[in-house]
Amino acid sequence: MGAPVVSTATWLATYLRLLAVQGSWNYETMLGNGIGFCAEPALRSLPGGANGRPYREALARNARYFNAHPYLAGVAVGALARAELEGVDPATIERFRAALSSPLGSLGDQLVWASWLPLCSLLSLAVFGLGASPLAVVLVFLLSFNVGHLGLRAWGLAVGFRRGLGVASALSAPVLRRAPLYFARGATALAGFAVPLTLHRAVGGDLSLALYTAAAAFAGALVVGRVARRSQGWRLALAAVALLVLYGVTR
Amino acid sequence: MNLAELLPLVLLGAVCGLDAVSFPQAMISRPIVAATAAGALAGSAGDGLLIGAVLELIALETLPFGASRYPEWGTASVVGGALFAQQGAHAGALPLAVFAALGAAMVSGSSMVAHRRLIGRAARRARAELENGSRQAIFRLQLGGLVADLIRGGIVTAVLIAVFLPIQRAAVEVWTAPAVISNAIVVGLAAAVAGGIVWNALPAGRRRVRGALIAVGVIAAVLVG
Repeated sequence: MGAPVVSTATWLATYLRLLAVQGSWNYETMLGNGIGFCAEPALRSLPGGANGRPYREALARNARYFNAHPYLAGVAVGALARAELEGVDPATIERFRAALSSPLGSLGDQLVWASWLPLCSLLSLAVFGLGASPLAVVLVFLLSFNVGHLGLRAWGLAVGFRRGLGVASALSAPVLRRAPLYFARGATALAGFAVPLTLHRAVGGDLSLALYTAAAAFAGALVVGRVARRSQGWRLALAAVALLVLYGVTR
Repeated sequence: MNLAELLPLVLLGAVCGLDAVSFPQAMISRPIVAATAAGALAGSAGDGLLIGAVLELIALETLPFGASRYPEWGTASVVGGALFAQQGAHAGALPLAVFAALGAAMVSGSSMVAHRRLIGRAARRARAELENGSRQAIFRLQLGGLVADLIRGGIVTAVLIAVFLPIQRAAVEVWTAPAVISNAIVVGLAAAVAGGIVWNALPAGRRRVRGALIAVGVIAAVLVG
């Protein structure tokens, strides 16, 4: 059966709403209400339109508890909307929802938060370390990150709607499985490049001071790496900076 | 800082706070962007960029997985960028601004938790309407959450700038540690946090591979630098 026809306006409305999918994120329904909010334009095509019973029942189903990475929520929105428009029975849709949540969460976390974001962040730090202007650094970060961000949201919505209940095969594509590894390796290499240069520029360009600071930072990284399992590194940094501030104002 | 100077920063903090989770998550809330923008509004984009880079090193550690609790860097970076740009020429300004930003990240992270609980209560109250497929209830919850997050970011930014600015002004007057050394300590701490997370948390494969990649990067930095 071919995909139900969805107008360009509906596509665009759904895509734009996906940018706000986490607007009502809470510990009870998590992303649920956001999924309903995003699927709503497509569901108006159900028999009876926005005032019909099929629309209200579908909307209620879509707004229930759900969790996923926000950039991959479009996969769920597209697939669920298609299932509703094809008249798939509600029990099947509920099972599909339950099965989809975990892979969309874990894939997105590995692909975006643990690899793509650090890669773009370190790229911008590398540009900073090379002496670029504030505008250049900001643009490098925003452009590089959002090419991936917006592209992933668009791909997710498109593949969800195209594959419907068969979308799982798209999520297990080799490129999606391998991408986090390659992004993370790129980020790791960039870290070796960007952090020393950032450090050098941030301490004012004094090479000997930068070298001493880098050596101390390396030792500190080993400590952070050991204790970060029990306490987050940023909290350690806060405590250390607090001690420095106390020393600086009381000495 | 008068109201005309504070208001744009509060608006920026509100927008960055919103971007952190709710809309559009385009990462304008990342320190390298938010602090630079705040610095520009407060009179020095260069100072904003410097503290933005320092905070970005620390923020590399934050992996905002779903229901986990994490610092909110958007408003924190606006606070830090604004404070540092105001006092950047003074010794102690960077450590004080970074301290304020890290404190703000913690406070703002807690405010995010409160915001989510607020939405949860609203969702419980609207449960019957939601189960009935009410479009109005869905929209009300969604838009209410967005507006509340925007207001949250603005309030947190305003309050923390108001609290930390006089503290920073007083502290730089009595700061005795040499500026170069205290700045280097802060930068070194940030680099240590970044190094720790790069080594431990990025899914880059085995230790030898990670070590080799870092070495390649360092060699490239030495050649270029």
